[in-house]
Amino acid sequence: MKHIKTLKLLKNTVAKGGCGECQTSVAQCNN
Amino acid sequence: MIHKYSMNGFNIVLDVNSGAVHVVDDIAFEVLDFYKEKSENTYEIIEALKDKYSEKSIMEAIEEISELEKNDTLFSEDIYEDVIPKIEKRNPVVKALCLHVAHDCNLKCGYCFAEEGEYHGKRSLMSFDTGKKAIDFLIKASGGRKNLEVDFFGGEPLMNFDVVKQIVEYARSVEKENNKNFRFTITTNGILLNDDILEYINQNMHNVVLSIDGRKEVNDKMRVRADGRGSYDTIAPKFKKVAESRNQKDYYVRGTFTRNNLDFSKDVLHLADLGFKQISVEPVVADEKETYSLRKDDLPVLFKEYENLAKEMIKRKKEGGSFNFFHFMIDLTGGPCVTKRLVGCGSGSEYLAVTPEGDLYPCHQFVGMERFKMGNVSKGDVNGKIRAEFENCNVYSKPECKKCWAKFYCSGGCIANSFNTNGDFITPYEIGCELQRKRTECAIMIKVAES
Repeated sequence: MKHIKTLKLLKNTVAKGGCGECQTSVAQCNN
Repeated sequence: MIHKYSMNGFNIVLDVNSGAVHVVDDIAFEVLDFYKEKSENTYEIIEALKDKYSEKSIMEAIEEISELEKNDTLFSEDIYEDVIPKIEKRNPVVKALCLHVAHDCNLKCGYCFAEEGEYHGKRSLMSFDTGKKAIDFLIKASGGRKNLEVDFFGGEPLMNFDVVKQIVEYARSVEKENNKNFRFTITTNGILLNDDILEYINQNMHNVVLSIDGRKEVNDKMRVRADGRGSYDTIAPKFKKVAESRNQKDYYVRGTFTRNNLDFSKDVLHLADLGFKQISVEPVVADEKETYSLRKDDLPVLFKEYENLAKEMIKRKKEGGSFNFFHFMIDLTGGPCVTKRLVGCGSGSEYLAVTPEGDLYPCHQFVGMERFKMGNVSKGDVNGKIRAEFENCNVYSKPECKKCWAKFYCSGGCIANSFNTNGDFITPYEIGCELQRKRTECAIMIKVAES
């Protein structure tokens, strides 16, 4: 692309997220 | 929803719902202003911008934006509200305790929410028996969860350090048989820190938080002893020793800035110049009647400070003198799952605070507020009604957060700050939100500059 450069999407973590083993906190994983 | 901004010479576009970050040129940056309302008729976009850019360039930018939209990395749909029912059914378990081993302190910091460490009550120290019951409570309340956390907090926890050691020893003695893994942290003002204590902390604490506000005159205005003497000269050399002894990892020097030092970036850089690599200097949250509290009028100055700090960090990194700033740390390539981003810290449901008497509260900031007392570790049960109030807090339960572009990076903010400033859980603390958004912009900009 000539005008835009893109710097892993959130939606991919919906199905397998929520195990809760992560550390208590967010900006923080199985992921 | 997208959020676009320019900073430090970069045009940055965040696609909120996918988390994608794009760096764009001036043409694409301006085309984005028209794209959604005029994408059916590219002629109108060309008309609007033809005095500044060639038709060919405008068309190229439109095509690139259109391609990203098709790939769901621009103007992507918000699919996360549908996740909320799943989150509400998840039955979270307690996985972390903040143990207030001392409701007493050897400093009387001007801004302390714990009021000289006593939390609106009387001076007291946690007994080993209460600490042991707290560990037993956590093991039982955590169900099948393996990784557990215990924060030693106060007041000043070093005023009851023998009990800290006993609690750690007890937890270690029972973790294997219960298939648990304890992670300990401790927060200290450093006054009582000595070589023996440091050696113990380095052997047993995964993280240590060292309280210091920055420049000597700033620190000593707020962080004072009972007789009014400042603490800087006592703690600064000790903290440097802690940082070096931990190989500059797994610690934070942590300060608070107030209206007395709106030029707080100088305090951050002072700490960096002392050699610290893990730094957090955070805005005070205080009653607006306090002379040191932050006001809306202060925001433009604070925004500039954050931007200047971000630019200086980029410069220092190039020169080989980098350091981490807690509020600029962001993971754009991994980070937590959506569930975690939506529910945030888990106070009141996954994380509880324990007083020296064993009383349970939603988090350290609620300790001493009778209405939020949730039970006692000796009985082992938790007030389900209060717990449900906290459990149901998420980004989509807060109208202001729902429409905010930064929602997946702050998770709806601090519930205690919301309650203390607005009297409820769902109205965020506005000044905190403004600062959070600016910090997120700076954090993303740093990533862009490094890419």
